[in-house]
Amino acid sequence: MSMKSQYGEPKDNYHFKIVLKSTLIFIVCLLLALICLVPIYILVVNSTHESMDLARDPSKFWFGTHLGSNLKTLMNHLGDDATTVMKRVAKQYSSAFNVGQGYLNSLIIAGSTTILTVFFSAMTAYGLTVYDFKLRSPAYTFIIAVMMIPVQVSSAGFVRFMYSLGLINNFIPLIVPAIAAPAVIFFMRSYMKSSFPLDIVEASRIDGCGEFRTFLTIAIPMMKPAIAVQAIFAFVANWNNYYTQNMILKNEKMTTIPIMVSKVLSFDKNLDYGVNYLCITLSILPIVIVYFILSKFIIAGVALGGVKE
Amino acid sequence: MASAAQRRIKSISYAKYGYMFIAPFFLVYCFFQIWPLIYTFILSFKGNQANNAAWVGFDNYSTILFGQGMAQGSAATSAEFFKALGNTFILWFGNFIPQILLSLLLAVWFTDAKVKLPGKGFFKVVMYMPNIITAASVAALYVNLFGDSKYYFVNATLMNMGMADPIHFVADPVISKIMVMFIQTWLWFGNTMIMLMSGIMGINPSLFEAADIDGANSRQVFFKITLPLLQPIMVYTLVTSMIGGLQMFDIPYLYHNGANFSKELETVAVFIYFNFNKGTVEQASYGYAGAASIIIFAITAILGSITFYMNRDKDEIAQKKQRKRAEKQYKAKMKKGGLTL
Repeated sequence: MSMKSQYGEPKDNYHFKIVLKSTLIFIVCLLLALICLVPIYILVVNSTHESMDLARDPSKFWFGTHLGSNLKTLMNHLGDDATTVMKRVAKQYSSAFNVGQGYLNSLIIAGSTTILTVFFSAMTAYGLTVYDFKLRSPAYTFIIAVMMIPVQVSSAGFVRFMYSLGLINNFIPLIVPAIAAPAVIFFMRSYMKSSFPLDIVEASRIDGCGEFRTFLTIAIPMMKPAIAVQAIFAFVANWNNYYTQNMILKNEKMTTIPIMVSKVLSFDKNLDYGVNYLCITLSILPIVIVYFILSKFIIAGVALGGVKE
Repeated sequence: MASAAQRRIKSISYAKYGYMFIAPFFLVYCFFQIWPLIYTFILSFKGNQANNAAWVGFDNYSTILFGQGMAQGSAATSAEFFKALGNTFILWFGNFIPQILLSLLLAVWFTDAKVKLPGKGFFKVVMYMPNIITAASVAALYVNLFGDSKYYFVNATLMNMGMADPIHFVADPVISKIMVMFIQTWLWFGNTMIMLMSGIMGINPSLFEAADIDGANSRQVFFKITLPLLQPIMVYTLVTSMIGGLQMFDIPYLYHNGANFSKELETVAVFIYFNFNKGTVEQASYGYAGAASIIIFAITAILGSITFYMNRDKDEIAQKKQRKRAEKQYKAKMKKGGLTL
């Protein structure tokens, strides 16, 4: 028997192995992608079904026709033919999950924190990179050292302090601290170190440009990629922040989307399964849409964050 | 002799601008982070509830750590804290191990040049997606899918397929822990995978080529090249995940039926939160919350200093060392020179 018939064409064998491996990997990846997507899909599907129908058989795999009526219940826009039970359910959901108010509050908080975080972090990173001063390296060491301190550690003191300042039920304790974001500064400083030539600062000085103007009109445009990535992450993190918002915002009018979701979750009676799902769908919808539009940037940003000098 | 202009240029110092640029950060950080941290420390030495103004020394610590405080129910508080600490470590461990294994496997596959994988970009985008969804919504989603009765999706589907009784995915102490581990893995594996991928792509590709030419199989390549060179980023992932695990709050806190919180899922962060977030100052236990926070802070500080040590700017340190050595040599030379003269 020749070698050839025993082992086959060596090249074919190699090719076959690679195809086999690739196929297996593809199947595993497909399964994982399904695990990631199916809960979201079922969520959206179930928010288009009527509660009664879901109670009879919650195992739905295709869209129903009751999205409109669920939305009406959630908005408390029921017709005159609604029963008292339906009205009670609608009242319960619409007072806990006031969609418009929630979106507005979350948008105010996430939007303003994002602007503050990227602007002041870029400014601090610029100060640490461009200028040479005595406390530069201690300041940078401090920023790295505090980067890892979890919020939970200081939250008891934070809340008590905010009580004593009368800042409970106020957006200030949620927005202003965004100015100090050590991790973002760390990222921006590494970015500046690798792609911001200091000669430009010298050149602008010679041209008579003030220091702050140099930062605003030259450094910020040059740091756009880093700023964009960090802005996306800051926005997502603040939109999703349940812990701090739940400690500070006790007033009905000031609640944000994550707090509303937790309220809906704690309902004991007068449940409407369809509206339950609809609330969750509405809470994740904006962020998922934004994610799929910007996914390329986001994935690149995560990868950048992983590379340590 | 230098002209007047030259002398003036020499005296221009830009240092003050440096301070101006970093001042906002430090002011805000001290006001909203450092002072609350110190205040938490102070609160940990003060009493609880109605007694909140009194100075009690180490009473809160002895209550939490040894159950020997002066207040009633001190042993119960201690037991609760240690249960919470145990839960935190169980939940963290149970999500970190599958998460790192899965992420590592996927990262190796995705960076393997020999594997032809269609839709790689799509897979990355989909696998990272859970990470950006509001954690509160994720908890709500899973409670609504995995509810304990036949009125919820998963149990209904299983019962349609012939299962007799619904599984208590939310109320059962063990199954609910496994569910929280699963949710945490679901949330974080995409993120870890992308971090590890960027680490693997940072490895010099000629090493892989050389191994390929030498006839190494993929297992050998993984254990002899990828894993050892990936070590720093693995340690970084481990420590950040550990610190993140100590903060685990949203999912364990919200994964329960109705209004009743599940004690079986209480983590340290939830313990702290419960103690200080109870109505007015007279009803809350800021002392216990403060003491527990400081204990967690100590653990975090140890973990954090490990990463800090690993994350140092190695080039800068080498430069500094070199500069010092040069200075020393120069000084020694001068001394010698002085002696010979």
